Amino acid sequence: MSGAEYLLFILMLSIFLGFELINKVPATLHTPLMSGANAISGITVVGAVALAGTGNENAAMWLGVGAVTLASINVVGGYMVTDRMLSFFKKKED
Amino acid sequence: MTTELMTQLGYVLAAGLFIFGLKMLGSPATARRGNMISAIGMLVAIVSALLDQGIVDFTYIAAGMVVGGAIGAIAARAVAMTAMPEMVALFNGFGGAASLLVGWAALSPDSSTFTLITIVLSILIGGVTLTGSLIAYGKLSETIGSGAITFSGQQIVNSLVVLGIFGGAVMFCMNPADPTWLYIVIGLALVFGIMAVIPIGGADMPVVISLLNSYSGLAACAAGFAINNNVLIVAGSLVGASGIILTQIMCKAMNRSLSNVLFSGFASVSSEETVIEGEIKPISVDDAYYVLEAATNVAIIPGYGMAVAQAQHVVKELTELLENNGCEVNFGIHPVAGRMPGHMNVLLAEADVPYDQLLEMDEINPRMETVDVAIVIGANDVVNPAAREVESSPIYGMPVINVADARTVFVLKRSMASGFAGIENPLFYKENTRMLFGDAKESIGGLIREFS
Repeated sequence: MSGAEYLLFILMLSIFLGFELINKVPATLHTPLMSGANAISGITVVGAVALAGTGNENAAMWLGVGAVTLASINVVGGYMVTDRMLSFFKKKED
Repeated sequence: MTTELMTQLGYVLAAGLFIFGLKMLGSPATARRGNMISAIGMLVAIVSALLDQGIVDFTYIAAGMVVGGAIGAIAARAVAMTAMPEMVALFNGFGGAASLLVGWAALSPDSSTFTLITIVLSILIGGVTLTGSLIAYGKLSETIGSGAITFSGQQIVNSLVVLGIFGGAVMFCMNPADPTWLYIVIGLALVFGIMAVIPIGGADMPVVISLLNSYSGLAACAAGFAINNNVLIVAGSLVGASGIILTQIMCKAMNRSLSNVLFSGFASVSSEETVIEGEIKPISVDDAYYVLEAATNVAIIPGYGMAVAQAQHVVKELTELLENNGCEVNFGIHPVAGRMPGHMNVLLAEADVPYDQLLEMDEINPRMETVDVAIVIGANDVVNPAAREVESSPIYGMPVINVADARTVFVLKRSMASGFAGIENPLFYKENTRMLFGDAKESIGGLIREFS
């Protein structure tokens, strides 16, 4: 359903959107931003599951299983460590 | 409603949640919820993907998720905040590796040329991200030396590797049936990741981590093209953009171009000696206490040394004592203090320092003249006045925190050895500078004992 030109269109729009969003993040949150963004890059898991679930035990499937495992480390670890960091950030109470 | 349509709508929802989550990361008050929303987006995306009717066997998917999830969860709980830079580097590497594998697995005999190109791109970027991140991890955790590794002929070797990758990629796109070319590209991409990061020294790591962060997103993006999946493209390019922006901010904060960081270490800069006037004036903990006791406005400028000495908790304790003594305390955070963007902020947040007390360089500099005592803890290059005064200095032009404008400067330092970059720091010789030698944690501990 989706041709290459349609995907390129999405790419262009999301790069601009990304620049707009991230430019507004203050310096104090740069480390959580980075690890949070890192967790999002684990989105590859979405592509990997289709490859890992074909049922035919060939090389492509095993590559997919490897990708699911690695991307899961990235996703779960990334979100949890970001949450842990952000739980430390407190405003001064007076 | 067909499952195909449900999957696609799920992806749209997930992309929206990622965007909303990143938007909420724009303020410390909403950031934690934003991260949660982004995580929900990921869950929606994964569930949508599992609806795919091509999936007939969930055994291995579940196994991979459980194993990977458990490793990630354990690592995220166990990691110390001082070790965050290497943790992020490592996670980055896994993300890159996953994209490499997805690109590789997406190869089929009837792939179009466009798909083949995107497969090569995801393998290439993913491979470079993997080994580059592993080297960055090694340098940050000091398992390998953190210094820049250079050898003669390095440029030639690198050029050959790049040529080899390019040639291999072209050959692969023309003969996709022959896996030899693919293996060559994978191998060379892995080698290139190593070659790209070894010549970069520890102090430039904030740039490298930001860049690798960007690559991990771009690799996911390329994998999205390879398997025709739009949510990978959206999420991947958001991450890619975020990494690029952070890279830019880091380069600007060091007044260096990206290519300068990547291709030349400080080592190659001419060793022109500048004569520094004045003398080093050490101060004892006792005397430092008397000065602080009388101060009404104190600025603390932390650097990587604070992380190494694990001094953030005693710093917080000292801050409280000073505040109880009627003194205003602020922190001045340089963008490249530490080993990753925002490193100092996370360490101090963990020690319970409120985030509104952490001021950026541009906020603290105008106030510096009203500061009684500026305490520099384990920072060197980011407070080096040579960046403003000495034109021949390799860091000339880099924006720094102007601590010398304060009435008195205390520099907490282990010894007189120069900083990572090996650049002399005229700050130590200034009229109003006092050196408090010793381990930062012990020195501050001494001050705390004097107060109580």
